[in-house]
Amino acid sequence: MNAFHAKYQTEIEQILAKYPPERKRSAVMPLLFLAQRDDNYISPNELADIAEILEMSVTDVASVVGFYTLFYDQHEGRYRIQVCTDLPCALRGAETFFEALCKELGVSSGGTTPDGLFTIEEVKCLAACHRAPVFQVQGDGEIAYYENQTAETALQVIAALREKAVQEARSREGAA
Amino acid sequence: MSDQVYLLLRHREIPDLDRLEVYRQNEGFQGFEKALQMKPADVVQQVKDSGLRGRGGAGFPTGLKWSFLPNNLWPHYVVANADESEPGTFKDREILERNPLQFLEGLMIACYAVQANTGYIYLRGEFWQIAAWLDEKIAELEQAGLLGDRILGTDYSLRLYTHLGAGAYICGEETALLESLEGKLGQPRLRPPFPAVEGLYGKPTVINNVETLSNLPVILGKGNSFYRQYGTDRSPGTKIFCLSGRVNRPGNYELPLGRTFRELIYEHGGGILEDGKIKAIMSAGASSTLIVADEKALDTPMTYEMTDALGAPLGSASVIILDETVDMKWLVHKTVSFFRHESCGKCTPCREGTYWMNHITRRLNSGQPNPEDVELLVDVAREIQGKCLCALGEFSTMAVLSGIEKFRSDFNGS
Amino acid sequence: MANQVTLTIDDLTVTVPEGTLVVDAARKAGIDIPVFCYHPKMEPVGMCRMCLVQVGRPMVDRATGQPVLDADGQPKIQFSPKLETSCTIPVSEGMVIRTNTPEVLRAHRDIIEFLLTSHPLDCPICDKGGECPLQDLTRAYGPGQSRFLLDDKMRLAKHVPLGELIYLDRERCILCARCIRFQDEIVDEPVLSFYHRGRSMQIVTYSDPPFDSYFSGNTTDICPVGALTTADFRFAARPWELKNNASICTQCPVGCNTTLNTRREVKSGGKWVVKRVMPRQNELVNEIWICDKGRFGYHYAESGERILSPHVRKEQGLVPVSWDEALDLVEQRLRQAGAGTVTLAGGRLANEDLFNLAQVTDHLGGRKLLHTQVGGGEYVQRYGLGKGSNLGELGKGDAILVIASDLQEEAPVWWLRVKRAADRGAALMVLNPRPTRLDPYARFIHHYRYGEELEALGRLAAGEGELAEAAEALRSAENLVIFYGSEGLGLAETTALAREAAGLLAGSGRAGKVNSGLIGVWQQNNTLGAYDMGFRPEADLAGALSGSGLAWIAAADPAGDHPALEAALKQAGFLVVQDLFMTRTAQMADVVLPAQAFTEREGTFTSGERRVQRFYPAVAAPPGPLADFSIAARVGLRVGIELEGASAATVMLRIAASVPAYAGLDYALISEVSEQWPIIGREDRYYGGTGYDNHQGLGVQLQPDAVTDPDGEVSIAMAAPAPLQVPEGAVYLAPVTRLYDQGLTLKPSMKIVGQRMARREVWLNPETAARLGFGAASLVTLEGEGWTASGVEIRVDEQLPPDVLLAPRSVGIPATGPEAVRLRPLVTEPEA
Ligand SMILES: Cc1cc2nc3c(=O)[nH]c(=O)nc-3n(C[C@H](O)[C@H](O)[C@H](O)COP(=O)(O)O)c2cc1C
Ligand code: SF4
Ligand code: FES
Repeated sequence: MNAFHAKYQTEIEQILAKYPPERKRSAVMPLLFLAQRDDNYISPNELADIAEILEMSVTDVASVVGFYTLFYDQHEGRYRIQVCTDLPCALRGAETFFEALCKELGVSSGGTTPDGLFTIEEVKCLAACHRAPVFQVQGDGEIAYYENQTAETALQVIAALREKAVQEARSREGAA
Repeated sequence: MSDQVYLLLRHREIPDLDRLEVYRQNEGFQGFEKALQMKPADVVQQVKDSGLRGRGGAGFPTGLKWSFLPNNLWPHYVVANADESEPGTFKDREILERNPLQFLEGLMIACYAVQANTGYIYLRGEFWQIAAWLDEKIAELEQAGLLGDRILGTDYSLRLYTHLGAGAYICGEETALLESLEGKLGQPRLRPPFPAVEGLYGKPTVINNVETLSNLPVILGKGNSFYRQYGTDRSPGTKIFCLSGRVNRPGNYELPLGRTFRELIYEHGGGILEDGKIKAIMSAGASSTLIVADEKALDTPMTYEMTDALGAPLGSASVIILDETVDMKWLVHKTVSFFRHESCGKCTPCREGTYWMNHITRRLNSGQPNPEDVELLVDVAREIQGKCLCALGEFSTMAVLSGIEKFRSDFNGS
Repeated sequence: MANQVTLTIDDLTVTVPEGTLVVDAARKAGIDIPVFCYHPKMEPVGMCRMCLVQVGRPMVDRATGQPVLDADGQPKIQFSPKLETSCTIPVSEGMVIRTNTPEVLRAHRDIIEFLLTSHPLDCPICDKGGECPLQDLTRAYGPGQSRFLLDDKMRLAKHVPLGELIYLDRERCILCARCIRFQDEIVDEPVLSFYHRGRSMQIVTYSDPPFDSYFSGNTTDICPVGALTTADFRFAARPWELKNNASICTQCPVGCNTTLNTRREVKSGGKWVVKRVMPRQNELVNEIWICDKGRFGYHYAESGERILSPHVRKEQGLVPVSWDEALDLVEQRLRQAGAGTVTLAGGRLANEDLFNLAQVTDHLGGRKLLHTQVGGGEYVQRYGLGKGSNLGELGKGDAILVIASDLQEEAPVWWLRVKRAADRGAALMVLNPRPTRLDPYARFIHHYRYGEELEALGRLAAGEGELAEAAEALRSAENLVIFYGSEGLGLAETTALAREAAGLLAGSGRAGKVNSGLIGVWQQNNTLGAYDMGFRPEADLAGALSGSGLAWIAAADPAGDHPALEAALKQAGFLVVQDLFMTRTAQMADVVLPAQAFTEREGTFTSGERRVQRFYPAVAAPPGPLADFSIAARVGLRVGIELEGASAATVMLRIAASVPAYAGLDYALISEVSEQWPIIGREDRYYGGTGYDNHQGLGVQLQPDAVTDPDGEVSIAMAAPAPLQVPEGAVYLAPVTRLYDQGLTLKPSMKIVGQRMARREVWLNPETAARLGFGAASLVTLEGEGWTASGVEIRVDEQLPPDVLLAPRSVGIPATGPEAVRLRPLVTEPEA
């Protein structure tokens, strides 16, 4: 059993149970989400471990990572702030909202804050067009929606996440 | 003012409808229980007779689709399409979040009708919380004996599983969805063979949209004459219209098919933002042909057949409203850049065409276009048409061609 | 036979088997529909959309099910509203296809225009220029001018190594996925894939080593643009400067048909040189593929280390002399040695060489020995594949047994064809002492202990225990092909194995049957031809050599192979060596005679499937060396036997006259071709790729002796080996074959395949290594029977069975068969 399998044994068994045993490959996306849980990206080792568990080639696993926009094989922000600037949202001020947020955070589209906590990016429609402006936060293995936002409310969300990270770092230090 | 009719968005009238006991107190699972007493073929027939058409976009008759599954090839699968990624579409999400049991019941009826013992729910990756929520509900149903082995004392067994996508609009296309569910790139398959014959894992498969499935408990539970009192003969039932864009009250509105755009926009949507003037309507999200919002259009009843008459399909009824503040050059760039981003890359015309169009529309909006750009854009869009492997490529040309044709002045001088 | 379907394509009436794709039906009728993603060897995907045509189908009255007729009583044709991809639709009765309407031509133009939007148009510097489907089709169908602005063009990396062998130019790639699908569908080594999507899509590999496959070169043939090129050929020449010369690969017994592309070069003094090796279509042998060893391993022929003149040993050592001087001496010593002459030939020689060598040896009354570690050729002569066999026809209802062979390493294209047969439904049984790359396709896998191959085969024959089901499948199979190899085995063991396998085959009544038979996985390309010409392996080779009055060694290096043989050669009365290189044996010789490489002459080889195939000269030989058959003829002349020394074709006539199995053969017959499917290699390179079609011969398969002489028998003097006893403190060594060995013929290709070459290392199960007191990567000295090898690295692999040590052949570990060896920590004294 490889390191990734050992780390998430229960979860992996549960995921595999969803698909016919000879169709293990179906589990590749769930396992990639699992791999992203801790640091919001898939490391080369995790890629190889997943390939081994699912009896796929590493290339085929990497290819899945490359195709889907919610998978990352680069280490960027712990949280990805994904603002929808697609047509329906843009009709309701999403582009201005995005620019304002970038300015507040001092990063440009696709950039990461200096503390490494937040990567901010534009995304396509999130199925929340009636509550624009809207963004989602991808991180810590979750994706959470924030709707009917203003730059102020968005900054509060970000501040709360930052606080959470600070607290965690403190308690880690405390433990160490 | 005509009211909405809640056959699908019943949670808006019944608090806590997402709780199993509340749902059961409100006729929940009566449709499924009735179905279990029927022969599967009779369930298919009843759905055929109900006239239900797919709500995922194409409007294909649901019962007819089910009847294509061969009975000499097993197992059968049913996959619920909860990828909901068309810009301007947010109806499935409301059903899943607020009325999940009705959706699950619908899925269970579909599974029984085609005798599938496994059903998958393919959700867009962003619906991460919804998937967890559905998993809880599925566990509850298993507890209650409504899912699992030998359901309610019958011989029928069924398991449902959620599966998350990860950010790819194309995975809403049914064959790309199946590829994705099989752990591959979400690139559409050749058709034929159609999924009904060779679908998931090469086995006969039904794929239905969340909203489509959510109609089934009503159809089975209350019967076709109840169901058919809503909508028109060729478009029976209610439909959730996702209203967005430049209106005062964007949101989901459940209306019988056959109400007019005017009613949707002005009565329910509260009219145009800042008392502006309506300019155009997109009825099927970013994939829409632009409809010039003249009086005739506003008075057109929204059905599968009537919107065809406007030269624009109803699609998933994602109605995006554009007012006079919207420059069609900008709009076209918005849609094109969406499709460029989402093109799966498998077929040449879509992959290269959306990339190329994106360059041209960007230039058109840059203030420094080339004189031939508008004609070139039309040419490229026409070159894409009729050649792509799936409908996405075709969709990418809709707003472009209709936008330039109908709002030419927005492109002049650019 | 499949039902026939008749349809109309551009007013031509075409009848083809049911299930044929429209694009192929058109091709058969001589109508070229342009394609990029479609390849006739792979499943259609309909991605590139180049092959769009207009499709009409007879209208059918829904009510009656009868065709609707027009005023003239002809079926009414309904054309579909959209163009359809001809590569994805099977023909149907009465279909009408239009491939050249303005609408269709316009569609072709549009697709080309799209493909060119992100293509760099760097034809002048592109290796594919001149044989590029995109270039050809652009000229045929494309727009004259680009409307895509240069500034908008994608700029992508142009020299991306997908491993050391294959380079990718990302700008040129048109994303047809042919390479990905080849690796996936045909080879089942999915080491290539797409990354990203839409226009950002790119070909990537994440394998370790990158692009890890023995078949990678084929992707450069089927790539329809210059996106994939080989490290060997990129920037080496322009296709239109190249001449095509038919040849046969000399790297293994499959006998893949190849084309050697040559060019005159200034830097070689105006001489013709081989620039690349390409597959040449032979659907009976290699289809349109070759392995990377065949493609990249040819460089030895042009090596600067070649011997260019005869040498004779004088006081100062070996000195160059004239042919006359050398032959004078050979003549004199041969006459002295007479019946004491021992001729030892290697399986690299052509049939013509072997025949002449045999004639001279027989004339003197000497012995004809074959240098090989794989025996049993007599059984293959008798029970080999029936004449007319084609591995490509094996499928459902047939069985293939592979025993003691890591087939992918030993003969890659056989591996590929066996795997494909299994894909088609043939029951594959793999009996091996360890897992190999063939196991995933096997219906029955049995892992026996090293040394117990005969028992395993016996159990299968008897249908015992877990092998009962396999035995049943074997019994009930329509056809049965058995491959036996040399995994862990030497001469005596393989000979015994061949006998048992032959018994199994003959016992089931399949002797001589078409598509059934025994195949030995030889280590050399023409071992079987050597058997046919009368050469036989000798168990006590050292004894035979040391006792010889004169040892005449051709295309073999016994001294390099084993110290015992080296010692034996020292005892020989006189040593004559003919070879390309100054091998260890040649360095010991009294006379060295320089031989020509296969690229410089003609001749025939007999493949492991007993197909006699012809190779042709591609480049001029350097002055000095002669073809081996010419050397033998000259020697013969001097000792009183007249042989043909100038024309290989004439030698073949003599072979036909005196070797019964070759009766009736001549070069004309061997050079015959017939129409092959798919049609490849013509102007329409976009269809099958840049592999060559075959104008120079499909070869002739020999009839097995079991047919021509049903009452005959095989008699072999060689005794069955005694089971190997491993004394306390020693370990069982099993020699194994690696594709990229360090053999003489591969070493000069070091700069290409060097990184993948077998190293001086041995493989053990980690527990066995630990028990012996060694960890991974420790350096040891091995002590075998009469040899030591030091500086050998220990490698561990959990998949290996315990208590056995795997030693690659040809890395300087001289074991020729299973042996008990001792391991010591490395001592840094020089090797003995
Ligand atoms: C590019 C593309 C995207 C699509 N996206 C969705 C989607 O997000 N949700 C959906 O239900 N159907 C989507 N569809 C339609 C599906 O392919 C399919 O027709 C539908 O799921 C069938 O369900 P129905 O018969 O219930 O409508 C899409 C189709 C295309 C071509
Ligand atoms: S039309 Fe676009 S999305 Fe559809 S197959 Fe072609 S490239 Fe993919
Ligand atoms: S789509 Fe037919 S050849 Fe590519």
